[in-house]
Amino acid sequence: MPRREDIKKILLIGSGPIIIGQACEFDYSGVQACKALKEEGYEVVLVNSNPATIMTDPEMADRTYIEPLTWEIVEKVIEAERPDALLPTLGGQTGLNLAMELHQHGVLEKYGVEMIGADAAVIAKAESRDQFKAAMERIGLEVPLGRTVGSLEEARRAVGEIGLPCVVRPSFTLGGTGSSIAYNREEFDELVQHGLDLSPVNQILLEESVIGWKEFEMEVMRDKDDNCVIICSIENFDAMGVHTGDSITVAPAQTLSDKEYQRMRDASIAVMREIGVETGGSNIQFAINPRNGQMVVIEMNPRVSRSSALASKATGFPIAKIAAKLAVGYRLHELPNDITRETRACFEPTIDYVVTKAPRFAFEKFPEADPTLTTQMKSVGETMAIGRTFKESFQKALRGLEVGSFGFGRDNKDLWDTPEQPTIDEVRSKLVTPGDQRVWHLRYAIKYGMSLEEIHELTGIDPWFLENLVQIVEMENHLDGLGGIDRCDDATLRRAKQYGFSDRQLAVIWKMTELDVRSERKRRGIVATFKSVDTCAAEFEAYTPYYYSTYEDEDEIPPKNPDKKRIMILGGGPNRIGQGIEFDYCCCHASFALRELGIESIMVNSNPETVSTDYDTSDLLFFEPLTTEDVLNICDSVEPDGVIVQFGGQTPLNLARALSNAGVPIIGTSVDMIEDAEDREKFKNILHRLKLKQPAGAIARNMAQARNQVAEVGFPVLVRPSFVLGGRAMEICYDMTQFERFVAVAFVVAQGQPVLIDRFLEDAIEVDVDAIADEEQVIVAGVMEHIEEAGVHSGDSACVIPPHSLSPAMIDEIRQATYALARRLQVRGLMNIQFAVKHEQGRPTLYVLEVNPRASRTVPFVSKATGMPVAKVAAKVMAGESLAEQGIFEEPTPQQFSIKEAVFPFAKFAGIDVVLGPEMKSTGEVMGISESFFIAFAKSQVAAGTVLPTGGKVFISVAQRAKQHVVELARRLERMGFELLATRGTAQRLEQAGIPVLSLMKIQQGHPNAVDFMIDGNLQLVINTPSGKGARTDEGRIRAAAVSHGVPCITTFEGATAAVGAMEALRHEEMTVQAMQDRFPNPSRATATLR
Amino acid sequence: MPRTAKLALEDGTIFTGTAFGADGEVDGEVCFNTSMTGYQEILTDPSYRGQIVAMTYPQIGNYGVNAEDVESHRPHLAGFIVREVSRRVSNFRADGDLDGYLKHWGIVGIEGIDTRRLVRRLRIEGVMKGVLSSNDLDDARLVARAKAGPGLIGRDLVREVVPEKPVEWTDPLSPWAKLPADDATSAAPSFNPEPSATGAARPHIVALDYGMKWNIARHLFSLGCRVTILPGTATAAEVESYKPDGVFLSNGPGDPEPLDYAQRTIRDLLGRKPIFGICLGHQLLSLACGAKTYKLKFGHRGANQPVLNHRTGRVEITTQNHGFAVAADSLPELLETTHLNLNDETIEGVRHREYPAFSVQYHPEASAGPHDSDYLFDEFRAMLG
Repeated sequence: MPRREDIKKILLIGSGPIIIGQACEFDYSGVQACKALKEEGYEVVLVNSNPATIMTDPEMADRTYIEPLTWEIVEKVIEAERPDALLPTLGGQTGLNLAMELHQHGVLEKYGVEMIGADAAVIAKAESRDQFKAAMERIGLEVPLGRTVGSLEEARRAVGEIGLPCVVRPSFTLGGTGSSIAYNREEFDELVQHGLDLSPVNQILLEESVIGWKEFEMEVMRDKDDNCVIICSIENFDAMGVHTGDSITVAPAQTLSDKEYQRMRDASIAVMREIGVETGGSNIQFAINPRNGQMVVIEMNPRVSRSSALASKATGFPIAKIAAKLAVGYRLHELPNDITRETRACFEPTIDYVVTKAPRFAFEKFPEADPTLTTQMKSVGETMAIGRTFKESFQKALRGLEVGSFGFGRDNKDLWDTPEQPTIDEVRSKLVTPGDQRVWHLRYAIKYGMSLEEIHELTGIDPWFLENLVQIVEMENHLDGLGGIDRCDDATLRRAKQYGFSDRQLAVIWKMTELDVRSERKRRGIVATFKSVDTCAAEFEAYTPYYYSTYEDEDEIPPKNPDKKRIMILGGGPNRIGQGIEFDYCCCHASFALRELGIESIMVNSNPETVSTDYDTSDLLFFEPLTTEDVLNICDSVEPDGVIVQFGGQTPLNLARALSNAGVPIIGTSVDMIEDAEDREKFKNILHRLKLKQPAGAIARNMAQARNQVAEVGFPVLVRPSFVLGGRAMEICYDMTQFERFVAVAFVVAQGQPVLIDRFLEDAIEVDVDAIADEEQVIVAGVMEHIEEAGVHSGDSACVIPPHSLSPAMIDEIRQATYALARRLQVRGLMNIQFAVKHEQGRPTLYVLEVNPRASRTVPFVSKATGMPVAKVAAKVMAGESLAEQGIFEEPTPQQFSIKEAVFPFAKFAGIDVVLGPEMKSTGEVMGISESFFIAFAKSQVAAGTVLPTGGKVFISVAQRAKQHVVELARRLERMGFELLATRGTAQRLEQAGIPVLSLMKIQQGHPNAVDFMIDGNLQLVINTPSGKGARTDEGRIRAAAVSHGVPCITTFEGATAAVGAMEALRHEEMTVQAMQDRFPNPSRATATLR
Repeated sequence: MPRTAKLALEDGTIFTGTAFGADGEVDGEVCFNTSMTGYQEILTDPSYRGQIVAMTYPQIGNYGVNAEDVESHRPHLAGFIVREVSRRVSNFRADGDLDGYLKHWGIVGIEGIDTRRLVRRLRIEGVMKGVLSSNDLDDARLVARAKAGPGLIGRDLVREVVPEKPVEWTDPLSPWAKLPADDATSAAPSFNPEPSATGAARPHIVALDYGMKWNIARHLFSLGCRVTILPGTATAAEVESYKPDGVFLSNGPGDPEPLDYAQRTIRDLLGRKPIFGICLGHQLLSLACGAKTYKLKFGHRGANQPVLNHRTGRVEITTQNHGFAVAADSLPELLETTHLNLNDETIEGVRHREYPAFSVQYHPEASAGPHDSDYLFDEFRAMLG
């Protein structure tokens, strides 16, 4: 059957900023959908607020709107573009919910937009707990006993029937937000209230607990003729009770016999049909009682999901691409299987390897958060590993996590045989309560000789998985017993490698260096072989060059084409706070650039969510952990002419020295220069010679030194441990008391390394610069002025292009400093500099805070703000095509304000304080664009989910330092008709200025206090700048309460000023939308007009 | 102490791994199966007679073995090749492990070899004769023996697996075969484990057993039919003496061409009784109608083969296990192609244009594999009147 001819233009909605539960996977699915639909000749209109996505690159869709994802804004897009259809199933829960809102507000009907793939009735049936349960009952499938309730009273009545423990699931939230397990009555009330607050429809499902059962997922596809196929089955290593996003998961299912598997397959297809997902992919979760095989359906996602991205990467079957084609009328068997070319997309992939996905957590960033894993997702990223056996893929996954472990223990993080070795009781308690550290305690339990049965009892983890872990530990003990590599025969060494042991682990076991292990095993011919991921277990020839390493006989890498250069790009590994989609964006662009230059691109990455690990992004794809060993193994096999380490964030940079020492040709800025920029002393000298200023600073190795030095540097100071990334344990201290406390913490985190003490530039404006340099030119691609004052981590700060308050003279000074630094560091490719501008003696003074000769987090934002494909241009420079050869001689000058705003995961960690500081906490970003600075800011706030109120009550409480400015701000709010509330100090100040204000109690003083107003839904905005920090302080509790009640909470004075400006602007100006293609009409404008 | 085992192919390739299951030396045609589950059903499928089967999925034995998931009274294949055998069994239905099971039945196994390399070799070169041994590890001798092996072409393997005497089948489908709702919502009589007591009113099916998988018999019985199983060597007169309402032609091992006795029986029954054939039964029906069969390069063995049903336009995901196929260009006018393999466009099903007779190359009884094609049993049931 041909594709539909009655529709021409299709609207796709992206998933917005990266948040916990919704990450790069929707960029991956969106990119696939854009490509698939364009390939079919449809005009694609895309809306997404996240500038760090590949899908928002102007080449991906025909009409690209980087705009807030609200139904009002999307209506404007629909009004302008008049699409025929909306494909709602590829933009995650956000896209799905937004499509439903458009439907509910009559927008789709008004403009005659048809929902394709799944319509509103289908979505409601899958998403509404009641409808879903009724549907399951109709087809005779069991679901956990459950009741949907809309109030605490109802919930209390219902729980009598369901019993405790029970699961509390808010309706219409993603990633299980607000979902939890209540074990007792007290918890129950609290969790129910929290859940009701988080549900956009104030509804929760109370569900019978199936904790401890085995958990499975099935990825199903269906076409309009009702052909159904299962793409992949996934078995969770962690039993029911841990959100699947936080579980280690394994594909395919390992412990189901064919009888059980086929029953689950039948059930999956029955669910798909009953819910009525017309075309596309869905994900269905099951729980199985391990004692008798009883099967219950947990839930269904009628859309592509994180699991479908994983399934696509695990099998090679491009679910999102096929889903897009099915939505426009194709049937599965009319579509080719790209990998085999000869066969069709209508089949069920079969795999001949084992895939393990492991979640990456960020609890170290949120020390107040509860690290217990429950039904609400808490991980921020994931890594996937492929091996021929579970043992191999499991160990590869653990080293791919990049948390300092190189497998299942025997590495730097191993506590066994150290003074910190947990006692057997501690191990037991870690096993009983699932947490981010549980996996390591499984090994300690085995080392203690705990029986497999006991471990199973404590954890619910299937004995089959545990057995494999036992085998890994047995191998470890055996290797230990041998005492040295010279006493290990070839067969055993090969077997150890087949069990997934890294050279690093072997080096630790045998007390030698990793490189010595490597050279010895290579001498013995024990080398990695690469096998393809081909959807068919080698039954057909595969044309897609997608590989993983293992230790087998046969290697499938085709011989190198001698006429073609090949360059390898090292990706960023699992998402984490501080390193996420922005770097994947850069890596993808590097690959696109190389392919444009006719160079073979080779991608190495371990993150299944990403576009970079799509099999058609690069010429060769290696799904491998990013460790020295794994990368060198690939280099041995593919012999790259160059390796790019500057695009994947810190991960590849950490490997640069070792790779370079091993003779791998690193291209672009030299490793020496990268290190010089990071070396405090060398960098100080560089700045000194260039006559650039740097805040005063010192290094302290102990507390006494620290005290001495702080006297010299002078308060306020920024304290941080050296050699620690992402601003860990970084604090600003205003006095000696704070200093003593934070320096002590910093020494602990530094683990023997010194602590850095820098003068903190108070009230300074921070500026980020991204630049590209080759041998002849330096091009400043973007100068970004931060909205928040210096001291807030640049990743957490809002920023604007072009700068809105800096003078042309200062911008020029910044440019000159950038040129000088780029030349001095011989930058070839990208560099990022952080400056601070501080008013001293009546004039602005420029300080250099940091220089990083590599891609930065802001590269995609700069690209979207200026229309210049910054990463691509830089990659070409690195590959040898100069800026001049690319026709680039001038710097882009954007005509509009583009504002990047950060998005935070606070709502996922109930009760924690939300204050911004030098330690990065955001997971994602959005962008607002307008000719007006304030409208652009308003858009960025809306996009980030902060609804700026137009009326109502504002609670103001500011730190002493900001009190002088607060009057002006309050007056402006009052003029707009807001009622002001404040605690006594601030209230007095306002009253003195003649501004009416209602004075409130502090929380511990009694009522009425700010939280009372929030509970009543009677507070629209909180402006609360910190004087102290912590969830237990009064102000910390107010901020935490604001987050959990969904009240916008602004925690910096600058942010508040911008927000008030935006609120004023919105009174007489509307937010409008504009396509990227209209902002930058000529796709190559950035380069062309600069010629 | 692990014992070494070797697999030698007729082209001289040697794979060295670890022995499991029984000790010994066997020869056979080396082939591969891409099912990720269902190894016990595969082991006990009589169609694998004379073959050494490699599983492409690397972790086998995880859920153990049990008394229910069998397709005949014992394993039939000559040898079993896996990447890694599970040391521990995890499933509430398991009552033994794979290693012990193979030991018990005297099946030789090898693990720890690069099975993907083997599969690629078979895919590129075609299936090969081979020898699997844990007795004598001399490469040259093993290769020589592999070369000297009889292979499958022209061989009658059916006679090695047919039942000795007629039996009446009375086992229904396993409760695992259907979702609970299929009882309640579908009017189809396909799942009726307790057929009505009025046995006389039940249609009578004679199943010609060439090495039949038990799940076929379970399906036929669960249609509400009386099922008598006759050895595949039976003549038409013998079949008719049972006064069947329909005749079923089963699956079975090897090359259909030398089975002239079976073809003769089918020719004689054609037009007299409704006929339904599966796999070898399909090939025999086609041969009986004048078609030709040929040997596929490496066969279809797995549970993910897409088959297009020409009449509905829909695709079924099917279980397959065959090394021979009906040649499309040899199909007589009297046979209509009803099903097509979407991977290589080979014939997957035919229907007689005049007589009530049809057959499929794949396995609608599944076990192991998907249940997409159950409807064929219902169609057969409908033919019986």
